[in-house]
Amino acid sequence: MHDKTLAELTRSLDAGDFSSRELTQHLLGRIDRLDGQLNSFITVTHEQALAAADAADAARAAGKAGALTGLPLALKDIFCTQDVKTTAGSRMLDSFIAPYDATVVEKLKAAGTVSLGKTNMDEFAMGSSNENSHYGPVKNPWDFTAVPGGSSGGSAAAVAAGFVPAAIGTDTGGSIRQPAAFCGITGLKPTYGRVSRYGMIAYASSLDQAGPMARSAEDCALLLNAMAGHDLRDSTCVQRGVPDYTEELGTALSGLKIGLPSEYFGDGLDPQVEAAVREAIKVFESLGASVREVSLPHTHYAIPAYYVIAPAEASSNLSRYDGVRFGHRCADPVDLIDLYKRSRAEGFGDEVKRRILIGTHTLSEGFFDAYYKKAQQVRRLIRQDFLDAFEEVDVLMGPAAPTPAFDLGANKDPVSMYLQDIYTIAINLAGIPGMSVPVGFAGKRPVGLQILGSHFNESRLLNVAHQFQLATDWHRQCPALAEENA
Amino acid sequence: MALEHADVQRAAHLARLGLTDDEAARYVDDLGRILEMVDMLQALDTEGVAPLAHPLDVTQRLRADEVTERDQRSRFQQCAPAVENGLYLVPRVVE
Repeated sequence: MHDKTLAELTRSLDAGDFSSRELTQHLLGRIDRLDGQLNSFITVTHEQALAAADAADAARAAGKAGALTGLPLALKDIFCTQDVKTTAGSRMLDSFIAPYDATVVEKLKAAGTVSLGKTNMDEFAMGSSNENSHYGPVKNPWDFTAVPGGSSGGSAAAVAAGFVPAAIGTDTGGSIRQPAAFCGITGLKPTYGRVSRYGMIAYASSLDQAGPMARSAEDCALLLNAMAGHDLRDSTCVQRGVPDYTEELGTALSGLKIGLPSEYFGDGLDPQVEAAVREAIKVFESLGASVREVSLPHTHYAIPAYYVIAPAEASSNLSRYDGVRFGHRCADPVDLIDLYKRSRAEGFGDEVKRRILIGTHTLSEGFFDAYYKKAQQVRRLIRQDFLDAFEEVDVLMGPAAPTPAFDLGANKDPVSMYLQDIYTIAINLAGIPGMSVPVGFAGKRPVGLQILGSHFNESRLLNVAHQFQLATDWHRQCPALAEENA
Repeated sequence: MALEHADVQRAAHLARLGLTDDEAARYVDDLGRILEMVDMLQALDTEGVAPLAHPLDVTQRLRADEVTERDQRSRFQQCAPAVENGLYLVPRVVE
């Protein structure tokens, strides 16, 4: 049961092979027995999950089942969930129970999905390895000495390990695509504004976007159908119709124009990653696509621009954690300033502090123009690179990350960790959609192909990924956890 | 632009983040290297390029000026560290 896609599970539920309750119990049992090895969940919600599964089974019996009714999933612990703890991976929110559901959570509940719990993540989504969580690192199910990627590392590991067929993540600089690549699953970061950010704990508001992580592009399409759409409670959420993202999955790829950005195949790219990506591109050629080289000339400015813009927005967003209205409060404050300073010093981890300090410094008097304004000008040039490229080609392809998953503890230096996001970060600055799909292995560790499209062109990305998955079986590979080895 | 110990302490105070001197010393080093990487931006000519604050060219939706929220104070205060009579408690500010 645990290695099936959402689409396959729906067929089994419809056929009566098993109920949503039986499926939910099976997966909860796997989490209880096996997640000690991985640490992918922060909170598992057994009772709520079984109640939701029973409601889904009743809906199905009454002939009222939709495409996602009764299907289990997990939520990154950045989405507010009423009556269930929401931590964002931080000590600051260790006891925080949100008084409301995020829009994404509300929509997925309304679609009949069954949440099994909240997944581990880098604190406030700041990280590329899931090592910055207050709740400890997550291990990569393919190789326990490797990181799962981040910041949605728990979501990626939980899907790869067969704890859930799908999980919801968020992506500010690669936090869906890079862990999807490292864990050998399929992940989609939609266009900025496609999915509501209401109730999604903010890191960098002009970059943050929620998206699905699953076993196939088809499953991502099913989930995006439920997640996307305008929301009055998020003023940046775009008023624009939501297509049926499954509709174009079957379109043949003959005539598809693929661009390979030369900057994504340069120095620092692991040869095994490059080989797997180039093999995948040959598959697309065999499916009728044509391939040409393109240039995104400002690629190397994306990481510096991001590390001005994202920390600046974070320093502002995280000012809300003041020890007064919610979150951690220090013991026995002597005055208000002491309350603020000690509550925040105790509640935030090292990387969060680093980014708050960078953001506060670059926004402060005397530095603003040189850093923040400059970075926003560069952001426009980076977006223009993509707009120009999509005049020439339909999609762009390249590696999702320069290396396969790296070893736990390997990147102690913050700057070397930041450079891991070289291929994903520009996409958030430009606001375009991007996917990662599994295309092979480097030793034991999976390799992800990144597919990029123009704004609001998720249907095309999903179509391209789905056609690849019809022709290959990389997305059906599953790691063996200890129980199965025994 | 080199970063001094005083810059880090100033940012920490502006951000209301308590730092010991040892921690501040460590962040001078980390933040210095991050800003060194960021300084690469200065090499790029951006004369006449308008700053981009938001990736999409869209305008804000307007709504009617109507009350849409109901009073849920007591529910929202359930997650507060200290409240009394509907008020958030903090150390004395006015003597």
